[in-house]
Amino acid sequence: MAIYTKEEAKQIMEKALSFSTADTCEINLSGSESGNIRYARNTVSTAGHRSNQTLVVQSSFGKKSGTATIDEFDDESLKKVVKRAEELAKLSPENPEFMAPLGPQEYDKSITFKESTAKITPDYRAEVANSSIGPAAAKNVTAAGFFNDSSGFSAMMNSNGLFAYNQSTNASFTVTMRSNDGTGSGWVTRDYNDVSKFNAAEASKIAIDKAVMSKEAKAIEPGKYTVILEPAASVGLLGNMAFAFNARTADEGRSFMSKEGGGTKLGEKIVDERVNIWSDPLNPDVPTGTWNGSGQPLKKTTWIENGVVKNLAYSRFWAQKKGVDPVPFPNGFIMQGGDASLEDLIKGTKKGILVTRLWYIRSVDPQTLLYTGLTRDGTFYIENGKIKHPVKNFRFNESPIIMLNNLETLGKQVRIDGNLVPYMKIRDFTFTSLSDAV
Amino acid sequence: MKRRDFIQYTGLGAGALMMPSLLLGNDISAEALLNPGMDIAIKKRMADVALNTAKSLGATYADARIGRYLNQYVFTREDKVQNVVNTESFGIGIRVIVNGTWGFASTNSVNEDGIKKATDQAVAIAKANSKIQKEEVKLAPVASHGEVSWKTPIKKDFKDVPVSEKVDLLLSANAAALKNGANYVNSGLFMVNEQKYFASTDGSYIDQDVHRIWPTFTVTAIDKSTGKFKSRQAMSAPMGMGYEYMDGLASEKLKGPEGLNLYRNSYDIVEDATVAAQQAKQRLTAKSVEAGKYDLVLEPNHLGLTIHESVGHPLELDRVLGYEANYAGTSFATLDKWKTKNFKYGSEIVNLVADKTQVGSLGAVGYDDEGVKTKKWDLVRNGILTNYQAIRDQVHMIDQKESHGCCYSQSWNDVQFQRMPNVSLEPGKEKYSIDDMIKDVEKGIYIAGRGSYSIDQQRYNFQFGGTVFYEIKNGKIVGMLDDVAYQSNTQEFWNSCAKICDKDDYRMFGSFFDGKGQPSQISAVSHGSSTTRFNGVNVINTGRKI
Repeated sequence: MAIYTKEEAKQIMEKALSFSTADTCEINLSGSESGNIRYARNTVSTAGHRSNQTLVVQSSFGKKSGTATIDEFDDESLKKVVKRAEELAKLSPENPEFMAPLGPQEYDKSITFKESTAKITPDYRAEVANSSIGPAAAKNVTAAGFFNDSSGFSAMMNSNGLFAYNQSTNASFTVTMRSNDGTGSGWVTRDYNDVSKFNAAEASKIAIDKAVMSKEAKAIEPGKYTVILEPAASVGLLGNMAFAFNARTADEGRSFMSKEGGGTKLGEKIVDERVNIWSDPLNPDVPTGTWNGSGQPLKKTTWIENGVVKNLAYSRFWAQKKGVDPVPFPNGFIMQGGDASLEDLIKGTKKGILVTRLWYIRSVDPQTLLYTGLTRDGTFYIENGKIKHPVKNFRFNESPIIMLNNLETLGKQVRIDGNLVPYMKIRDFTFTSLSDAV
Repeated sequence: MKRRDFIQYTGLGAGALMMPSLLLGNDISAEALLNPGMDIAIKKRMADVALNTAKSLGATYADARIGRYLNQYVFTREDKVQNVVNTESFGIGIRVIVNGTWGFASTNSVNEDGIKKATDQAVAIAKANSKIQKEEVKLAPVASHGEVSWKTPIKKDFKDVPVSEKVDLLLSANAAALKNGANYVNSGLFMVNEQKYFASTDGSYIDQDVHRIWPTFTVTAIDKSTGKFKSRQAMSAPMGMGYEYMDGLASEKLKGPEGLNLYRNSYDIVEDATVAAQQAKQRLTAKSVEAGKYDLVLEPNHLGLTIHESVGHPLELDRVLGYEANYAGTSFATLDKWKTKNFKYGSEIVNLVADKTQVGSLGAVGYDDEGVKTKKWDLVRNGILTNYQAIRDQVHMIDQKESHGCCYSQSWNDVQFQRMPNVSLEPGKEKYSIDDMIKDVEKGIYIAGRGSYSIDQQRYNFQFGGTVFYEIKNGKIVGMLDDVAYQSNTQEFWNSCAKICDKDDYRMFGSFFDGKGQPSQISAVSHGSSTTRFNGVNVINTGRKI
């Protein structure tokens, strides 16, 4: 088993530290077990199991650092890896941006580990596939899906007295359902820390229904449309936007967050005042670890409040240079939602397009955060509060900043890829061409 | 590490075709890279442990891949070394067929006990899944090769070149960029050595030593008063070569329009960084393109990415058959179109070939990751779709008897599957230079280098940007353009192919990070072409005001 308890991890790392002769030494120890199953054409295709554990030593003399790694933890191996890191440190050039390891920190207790997920077996995975394939075949639909589960631990200790430990589990599922005549396609995604919340048949049914509903889509002219974006449709654009919250590139003048004439957009209103985005490692729906790889505590942090940029992420080096407190990047984000269900949003729409997901999203212009990509697996035309018919997929060219300025209504939040994202109704979303892809 | 984290880590910015797992592996010293690793006789013995265990547990087929993956990466920005990373990853992956079903497991414990446990696990997975299996795995026969070996024909092993020499070269390129007006420059050098040992119950024991290299940079110029920033990426290509690619041989350079330097099998990073800084600055004041139809003259380091997305991917048989439906997608190039023997993929001058043997390419190996000897074959001949890319368990589905030899796994830790070979556009037969492509264009754009790229899940609709754009008016380049992207449909685009430069202009584009599969795996692939013209393509303006 690749997963050590807190005490076991502590013992190994203390032993490794006892061999250090460097000015400072920092140890990271982690291990994981993961399994997966993949299916397509209504049958299983490949599946696998992986097991891995690693100990990383970073030794520093002044501003010179060296890193070495090992996957055996007996005394001799630990001695060897520490020695190698120290030799490398002595040979390496000075890093002008070197930061000494942190001292002891206080961390919140994380809620990322669930026994149910850690206990998954090959038979469980086969059953996930089966409960997707069976109902699909019954509806003349072909299933292609992927289920992956992992459980692991990570721990950290350094010569300045810091110690951190965490265990986490994760299970993720996606399935694409295609009608056997090739004219309809549906998709669904689920991810959990606690797999007991997962129902493969329920999730698969959503994708099957979309595959059937999206058959024989009609072409409508590309242009600016009111859209209802399911959380899976907006998460990619929002995630890319979050990535722009980097103080250093903003200060350097090479980011959307840079301001004309110098300075950054920190404190400025950039999107609709109903937009609130934060991160919170202790949110029960999307928990994350409570410390990062440098040992910094991760706390609830507000990124956008009432449309205004409240924080940019500062690395320890950049924070010191700028004379501010460091602000670590989060592991996921939460966007405030509203009360409206998807049905409510559809009902309140005179003319619009419901988008299941956006795909192949790539940056077009970092200056304006313009991205391109396509709709996929269920795009529907809405008229007078009802889904009228499926439409052919579109290519979009849009910026999440423009999108969040054109916010009409916020709906309920859903967990998606470790984030909480609401359904959103957006006006004037820019579709630039049609795609024949189903 | 995710693709985005990788970009963040290197500071090289989006636009580069980057995916995660290149950084897999344990950190080691540069000297440790020179360690020869496990003796081949022991590898054979260990592989036999896996094969014999699998057979004793009821496997009808098994293969074992013992892999040692050595990587070195050097990252710099401006006048600083950010990081020098040496990694080693070593382990064994075991694949079995039991009850007509695949099973796979891997371990880094390359000893009898570890291998037996992993083989047990692979067999257990195959047995669990065979209960819901509806299509039995059928393997095309493959010859037993006995004990053979293959090596990338390199002149300089990156492992023998001191790190200080590599650092100095990158810092010289950075200095040249800063001197020529860049505000920022990030540069990186990626070097990869895959030492792969393959054995199967078909009786082959194959030892291969594969090398790749990729120097790259992003230069950024800023106009603080307007808040505008523009970047220009390197015109290098990742190659299946040794460190000799960095020699900057004059004989491998070509002159492009407007002072652009183009590189074949040897790269001059300092010269390129100099021009890059000048062009990044020029981009700050370049004319914004007027949307409309243009004739496009596409330089090979740009066209390679278009070939990758619009030819390479749609002709992967696993996509066509639906195995990739849940991730990368399926394909418009369906079997019924192919069976007509008359499907016009492109105009008559379009010949697209798959090739796992091309010297200097990223995809070149002697044998693929299921022991099939590699080869070259046609995908599109005289504009007609003629074949796909397929491996041992697929070819029977297109009534063929022989695997194409394009099975690959990114490491010992991942299962091998069908991956894109090098897919290239053959040069034109008539003697044409880049000027010949431009001189009879009334309204056009010359595009060089890679940029933004996006294509739908069946590979119909695509949009591509580039690194630099020049406006062509009445047969002449009249100045730089910006905010350019073209949108088209694959079949329409390749049928608008009007003129192709000859072999003297032929160069390779490449990517270290072609992504496919779940869990996602990367693969390195090259795409060769000569400068090519496509008539009447739709160009959009990507400039926005916020």
